[in-house]
Amino acid sequence: MSSLLEVSGVFVSFDGFKAINNLSFSIDTGEMRAIIGPNGAGKTTFMDIVTGKTRPDEGKVVWGSDNVSLLKMSESQIARAGVGRKFQRPTVFEDQSVRENLAMALRNKRSPFSVLMYRKTHQDAARIDDLAEEIGLTADLKRRSGDLSHGQKQWLEIGMLLAQDPQLLLIDEPAAGMTVAERDHTTEILKQAAKTRAVVVVEHDMDFVRKLDCKVTVLHEGSVLAEGSLDHVTQNQDVIDVYLGR
Amino acid sequence: MERSFFARSPSVLIFISMLALFTLLVTVLSEGMGGEVISTSMVKTLGKTLCLCLVAIAMDLVWGYCGILSLGHFAFFGLGGYMIGMWLMYARTEIIVAASLANTELPPTPQEIKDAIGTQIFGVVGGSDFPMIWAFADSLALQLLFVVAVPGLLALIFGWLAFRSRVTGVYLSILTQAMTLALALHLFQNDSGLRGNNGLSGLQNIPGAQDIPQSVLSVWFLWASAFALGLGYILSAWVVSGKFGSVVRGIRDDEARVRFLGYHVESYKLVVFTLTAVIAAIAGALYYPQAGIINPAEIAPIASIYLAVWVAIGGRGRIYGAVIGAAFVSLLSTWFTGGQAPNIDLGFYEVRWTDWWLVLLGLSFVVVTLLAPKGIGGMFDRLVRK
Ligand SMILES: Nc1ncnc2c1ncn2[C@@H]1O[C@H](COP(=O)(O)OP(=O)(O)OP(=O)(O)O)[C@@H](O)[C@H]1O
Ligand SMILES: [Mg+2]
Repeated sequence: MSSLLEVSGVFVSFDGFKAINNLSFSIDTGEMRAIIGPNGAGKTTFMDIVTGKTRPDEGKVVWGSDNVSLLKMSESQIARAGVGRKFQRPTVFEDQSVRENLAMALRNKRSPFSVLMYRKTHQDAARIDDLAEEIGLTADLKRRSGDLSHGQKQWLEIGMLLAQDPQLLLIDEPAAGMTVAERDHTTEILKQAAKTRAVVVVEHDMDFVRKLDCKVTVLHEGSVLAEGSLDHVTQNQDVIDVYLGR
Repeated sequence: MERSFFARSPSVLIFISMLALFTLLVTVLSEGMGGEVISTSMVKTLGKTLCLCLVAIAMDLVWGYCGILSLGHFAFFGLGGYMIGMWLMYARTEIIVAASLANTELPPTPQEIKDAIGTQIFGVVGGSDFPMIWAFADSLALQLLFVVAVPGLLALIFGWLAFRSRVTGVYLSILTQAMTLALALHLFQNDSGLRGNNGLSGLQNIPGAQDIPQSVLSVWFLWASAFALGLGYILSAWVVSGKFGSVVRGIRDDEARVRFLGYHVESYKLVVFTLTAVIAAIAGALYYPQAGIINPAEIAPIASIYLAVWVAIGGRGRIYGAVIGAAFVSLLSTWFTGGQAPNIDLGFYEVRWTDWWLVLLGLSFVVVTLLAPKGIGGMFDRLVRK
């Protein structure tokens, strides 16, 4: 398989503190990957770099089969190029309905003029219905999304990502604060999503990671500590020392 | 498939009907139409109020919906007034000058007429030559174009610079105030080409309509203002009702998130900022012929702050809220500061409203912000929903 995203030799420091320290790894097209690591390991910062929120001091971030550098692109360009992101804290537009949230994310033209002239089509309406079904919010389409439960907001945000139809999904701690049943549902949604695109999930919860059943990358102090199957990395002495052992 | 725009925005039809009813009623009762109940100056006040409602709608779009607290939209309003004022003053002075020169032995040359107009207009600032910016003042069509183009271009350039460098929040507000202050200070200078602090005057005299009494003209302008307000309301409601409105409200609530959805936030802000500047300018161009005079004090930074206060009191993020706020507060302000409000004698102290009105306004702003953050429009919403 060809690599979809390649991060190499990336350094980021905040006021002298090295949050990302020579980080290199790659994600293949259509791959599902879990990223684990202790608090402050740089997991969120990694996503910030890929999505253009944080600019690295050094290093390369190369995207797609054409090997374009993401570092020269703005956040909105990166998103349009096919990188979708779910934040650690659920961020949906609380004042707007579930439908409006999904509609905004749908993959359509995004320039102000075309959005102003946008007319809802049957395809779009059907797509929203499909998405709502996939994330289990069919009955809630008309609700104000601020009134959803925490778990539902997380799903809505994932639904918005799917609506963007990205090639790569970056998902930061989707299961945090969820009940067991909600977690299982989330696992299902993610596995389903990973059938057609690459998905990178950051998660602390080991049971959750186990259920995803995919290759795992362990980050520590801004670089890769270990990589492989979950069983492989959990037996790694370094990983036990810095992460699991505590 | 999709419900029609009017079905989705019921407030539009209600508002348009109320506006039409109001305009008809005022017309019928006006002095100019023989109604004798509403004086000409009252008709003008009401017409001006409609213009203020229009600029408040613009403010609501940019602030209430898009989250950009611009404290400069009254500058665009004033600029619109100046642009139409130039033609009004030029064309009217031309008529007067032509009339007075007509009695001379030799017919005056075009240059003589032009010089005479220049002396008339710029005598107060000790000049007689036309500054560059008056080059097209004799053309109504061009000055009308400038009403839209000059403030629009200023907003476009200012917005492009500010949004591109991602200036947001209170810093952006300060920047818009600075722009407004700079513009006002510039206009205060005698060599600004716009008659310094004298401003442009006699704007109520419409060239070519000398024979029509002010009582009738005032009704015309009332209708023109009502028409513009109606159109502005429909346009704004349409802009915020669809997906564009969704994105814009998203930008207000969490602009970073909108970026990660792939929208170029800066272009959206620029579109909204410029569009609302143009709406404000049109409102100004209709307001000042009714006011009769425009001077740089009108553009002073405080005016733009009042505009924000109106919208806050009326309830931002709902278009009728802006209209309610502007109409309510500006009419009340006219009443209080015009000396009509009865003073309150407390025995030891007499509360004179001309002095105390601003305090009252400030207090109500604080009260609304603290107790009813959604303003009068918000209370309205709650009543309707029940
Ligand atoms: N904008 C910033 N300014 C300063 N320091 C930052 C900034 N962003 C992140 N950091 C620091 O960089 C380090 C890595 O942060 P990051 O958020 O990537 O960790 P994480 O792996 O996501 O942790 P968690 O599991 O707690 O979410 C932390 O020490 C954090 O304090
Ligand atoms: Mg994190």
